[in-house]
Amino acid sequence: MEGILVSLYIFVLAIFVGFEVITKVPPLLHTPLMSGSNAISGITIVGALISAGAGHNQLAKILGLLAVITATINVVGGYMVTDRMLEMFKKDKSEQKR
Amino acid sequence: MVTITNIVYLISASFFILGLKWLGSPKTARKGNFLSMLGMLIAIVVTLLDKNILDFTYIIAGLIIGAAIGAYAAKTVEMTAMPQMVALFNGFGGAASALVAYSEYVRVGAHMPLDVSITLVLSLLIGVVTFVGSLVAYAKLQGLMTGAPITFPGQKFANGILLLIALVLGSFFVAEPAVPTFLLVIIGVALVLGITSVIPIGGADMPVVISLLNSYSGLAAAMTGFVLSNNVLIISGALVGASGIILTNIMCKAMNRSLANVLFGAVGTADGGGTGAKKDKAEVTQYTAEDAAVVLDSARSVIIIPGYGLAVAQAQHVLHEFAELLMQKGIKVRYAIHPVAGRMPGHMNVLLAEANVPYDMLYEMDQINDDFQNTDVALVIGANDVINPAARTQKDSPLYGMPILNVDQARTVMIIKRSLSPGFAGVDNELFYDPKTMMLFGDAKEMVTELVKEIKNI
Repeated sequence: MEGILVSLYIFVLAIFVGFEVITKVPPLLHTPLMSGSNAISGITIVGALISAGAGHNQLAKILGLLAVITATINVVGGYMVTDRMLEMFKKDKSEQKR
Repeated sequence: MVTITNIVYLISASFFILGLKWLGSPKTARKGNFLSMLGMLIAIVVTLLDKNILDFTYIIAGLIIGAAIGAYAAKTVEMTAMPQMVALFNGFGGAASALVAYSEYVRVGAHMPLDVSITLVLSLLIGVVTFVGSLVAYAKLQGLMTGAPITFPGQKFANGILLLIALVLGSFFVAEPAVPTFLLVIIGVALVLGITSVIPIGGADMPVVISLLNSYSGLAAAMTGFVLSNNVLIISGALVGASGIILTNIMCKAMNRSLANVLFGAVGTADGGGTGAKKDKAEVTQYTAEDAAVVLDSARSVIIIPGYGLAVAQAQHVLHEFAELLMQKGIKVRYAIHPVAGRMPGHMNVLLAEANVPYDMLYEMDQINDDFQNTDVALVIGANDVINPAARTQKDSPLYGMPILNVDQARTVMIIKRSLSPGFAGVDNELFYDPKTMMLFGDAKEMVTELVKEIKNI
């Protein structure tokens, strides 16, 4: 029970950090924010890797494989599309012409 | 080794937080995204060194397949299709969390402490609802199914019952973790719930749903973190959960509606309904591009109000050319972006950025609303409800109370529109009949192209 309490503390404090950091992001960047934070939620990939590689239970490993695939789509796709969008945000004309 | 792994996880969590912080300014945003990527990379690498991993076949296969699909989708997606893309990625994240949780159950078996079984149920429930809900949102936005709300009698009641069933079964499972049937039924219920909770939401309300699902996918990851006692999952999931909630809230405020109304109100029938009692058919004065060009040429300041109709007509690029032309004539040009312009938070900014519009020309509603009264021309393209003065004055209007752009305060208003049809809220717009309004009927792209031509001719 000790462990879950510590985790709960971390969870709640991280929500507060999230609120603080994200309210400062201007509406201009809300779409990249969404796709970028979306990619972060793909962190579940670390769990997926263990599921796919550990143990000898075939069902667990197949579920793990599916989890690795979906999580990797989320991570790779999310970061790449965010970068693609952010690359387009340019300030004045001198920077526009490349 | 466990200590090292956990320290690396802490570093990657810090990178995520810093990365999100740097997303706060367009100057540092790209760097922030890289930092976040780096955090993800080191978390993955250190996990691969885990001694519990015996076999890399599935891991390598999964990484290659996932990376190929993700990269292909990210490279090829059109910017206008960004909302459904984000929804889809989001859904995969939710699915991954649920899969990891279930796999952990299969692997570890029935001997699980209370906190693990509770979070396992939550992770499955939220993860599956996120996955299915996102697929429905994708189908709606992509036009694979109707964007209009799909409702049936007793829908809210049915959804409530489904959720209740899932929770009751969840508590059965927590009491008796040896019975996997409970989990399987919960998954089944979550599948149905994901569908029935998203289909009654209209296409125009999708920005809210996507933000909310974004938040869910974070919560699912956090719950999986509890199942695995993995803090980096808990922290990252909490960050994403918070981000989604904030964006959901902003969207609701901008539409002056409560979250409950968006989720259960089934607003926005496909044909627009036309509830606004037709006024005594006031005269609308139609102008040509030539008339408009003359007025624009003598203006000193212009504010452009882009709506989603602009993106549908793919008129962003020619609009940028138009704006450049005006600026060469010494006219001050700015863009006013309403918070719900586009199909997801910040969508219009991305669409304009793609057309090379510098971001310092884009102004938020609160920044620019007081400037309309000193502006010669407000040019509205493909927007309707967000400029409807009824939101300020008519208490019986469905739009009443919604924050709008003060377009009606500009000296001249130009509105490019296909027809007089009301917007998504189905309300007539009195601004169309205002004597100072110049209605330019036609396709946004064709009309702006004509304007460019006419202004060059002057």
